[in-house]
Amino acid sequence: MIKFSEEKLKQVEKIIARYPEGKQKSALLPVLHLAQQEFGGWLSPETMDYVASLLGLLTIEVYEVATFYSMYNLKPVGKYVFEVCQTGPCITRGSDDIIKYIGERLGIKPGETTPDGLFTLKTAECLGACGYAPMMQMGKGFKEHLTKEKVDEIIEECRRSAAINN
Amino acid sequence: MGRKLLLDKVGIVGIRSYDVYRENGGYSSVEKVLKTMSPDDVTNEVKKSGLRGRGGAGFPTGMKWGFLAKPEGVPRYLVCNADESEPGTFKDRYLMEHIPHLLIEGLIVSSYAVGSNRTYIYIRGEFGWIVDILEQAIAEAKNNGWLGKNILGSGFDCEIYVHPGAGAYICGEETALLESLEGKRGNPRIKPPFPAVKGLYGCPTVVNNVETLSTVVPIINMGGDEYAKYGTGKSTGTKLISACGNINKPGVYEIEMNISVEEFIYNDEYCGGIANGKRLKACVPGGSSVPVLPANLLLKTAKGETRMMTYESLSDGGFLTGSMLGSGGFIVYDEDQCIVRNTYSFSRFYRHESCGQCSPCREGTFWMEKILWNLEHGKGKMKDIDLLWSVQGNIEGNTICPLGDAAAWPVAAAIRHFRDEFEWHVTHPEEAQRRNYGLAGYAEPLKAGV
Ligand SMILES: Cc1cc2nc3c(=O)[nH]c(=O)nc-3n(C[C@H](O)[C@H](O)[C@H](O)COP(=O)(O)O)c2cc1C
Ligand code: SF4
Ligand code: FES
Repeated sequence: MIKFSEEKLKQVEKIIARYPEGKQKSALLPVLHLAQQEFGGWLSPETMDYVASLLGLLTIEVYEVATFYSMYNLKPVGKYVFEVCQTGPCITRGSDDIIKYIGERLGIKPGETTPDGLFTLKTAECLGACGYAPMMQMGKGFKEHLTKEKVDEIIEECRRSAAINN
Repeated sequence: MGRKLLLDKVGIVGIRSYDVYRENGGYSSVEKVLKTMSPDDVTNEVKKSGLRGRGGAGFPTGMKWGFLAKPEGVPRYLVCNADESEPGTFKDRYLMEHIPHLLIEGLIVSSYAVGSNRTYIYIRGEFGWIVDILEQAIAEAKNNGWLGKNILGSGFDCEIYVHPGAGAYICGEETALLESLEGKRGNPRIKPPFPAVKGLYGCPTVVNNVETLSTVVPIINMGGDEYAKYGTGKSTGTKLISACGNINKPGVYEIEMNISVEEFIYNDEYCGGIANGKRLKACVPGGSSVPVLPANLLLKTAKGETRMMTYESLSDGGFLTGSMLGSGGFIVYDEDQCIVRNTYSFSRFYRHESCGQCSPCREGTFWMEKILWNLEHGKGKMKDIDLLWSVQGNIEGNTICPLGDAAAWPVAAAIRHFRDEFEWHVTHPEEAQRRNYGLAGYAEPLKAGV
């Protein structure tokens, strides 16, 4: 059985309190974000059922939402997820080459995860950083003005910090 | 230097923090409205200012507030649209990152005007670090008495909450946004009823863009009449433009709406010209949804007049020879960029983002992407171009929300202005696959520096 820590449960209560009485369904998106963070970077059926019980919703209400939004992962992902923007403005600054390069460096195609479970490569649609292209989202932040050298550094840094944390 | 009203303080060290913001005159508009003005007075100033919504549609903000239903005993809501997902647009993000208290200040004043005691900022989920910035700014404002109960002894209560989305462009559409805020899929609602009558939780609601609500601060500080002296005609004030693509200085610029497109592209104060000494080919001046213009129609209208960075001038000529100011997402293409490839990427975007409720949009975006993929990869036929034209024409006007139109317009404009480039892809399949377009067949671009 999965369960939020006491601290996270307090956070959930605070989220619910942002909305009027009886409108706690509004807390669903933020609570799903929290659940994804806490329970392995993706939303397993078990996680979604837990969120439903926490907010007093039908499980179908949670599934409907989880499948609609692109930030919710419905299958396991690597420890580091590279989501590289591939929309027009980024193309003008060479995002095609960067996506190809990352794929070569990691030996995977967009949508795949490396066998060691460290990296997932995804393509994304415009992330609101078109002036700082090419760019990708990684966790809570953006990596912008990407070059091949910068990609190498990011990959190395991820490998280093994964080694330390293991 | 053009005059600035929103980003004028961005250079001040520490302006992100409450103390520095306050020392530089921050929150004075809240004092002014709560101590000396009624909510209707605030709405009137906004009406006088001529402010038009900065989210894309350009609807007059004061008028929108005036439409709000006010039944007794029913709460009203103000919701700030910070979903910012239109390709080419990254201006709201800049404002929130660099001067978050300006938005919070604007939200308090606007909440007072529309009578919202609970105001939400709906922000796209990918902007996770900006959620933190905003929450910190809200906490600081609250600790200093600008939020909470009975603000400044005025009897007005207000709380602001940040609500992150989770990756869906459609949630920028105001009714989809409200659905999402209620914890549902972002399916746009059929209008009417409009949010002004039945919005969040079925209550009267105003949805406005980040930049719109921030602009309320200078309007209150200087007065609506004074604000209306900025800009040109019905394009009053200043506008944030996020410039990207093949220019020397991509970034966010606050312009007064009285400069020409040419000045914006070539002046060092703004884009600083086309990068790498290339020539200007085309531009999408207002976010991916608005028509692309070839260089010759971009700098001058079909009538030969100088094209200005205003709502009216950019749309001069309608969709045949003009475009729109839209969200201010200004995407510049140099001579090496492929219009077919760009149009394909936009169509993929809209197919991906269609909520799927209406068949013209769901099926139309699917087919447009497919046909464009073929053309782009050298697998297209001449008749595909006509098919594409007819598919886009069948979407426009036949859908619940404007995303269908937004998907159709860029395709229509690309074919209208760059048909020979589409044809070139059919006649030169090998070159097309190598993406070696050269200067193949498009309207003769103007030389750099003209
Ligand atoms: C598909 C679609 C996406 C939109 N995305 C945004 C957006 O990201 N941000 C925004 O402010 N408005 C967006 N809009 C416009 C909103 O529906 C709405 O008109 C706007 O938030 C009103 O604010 P304003 O009057 O201050 O511009 C979008 C509209 C559509 C149809
Ligand atoms: S036009 Fe497209 S996005 Fe809008 S409601 Fe219809 S299917 Fe959904
Ligand atoms: S197109 Fe890539 S961030 Fe906008």
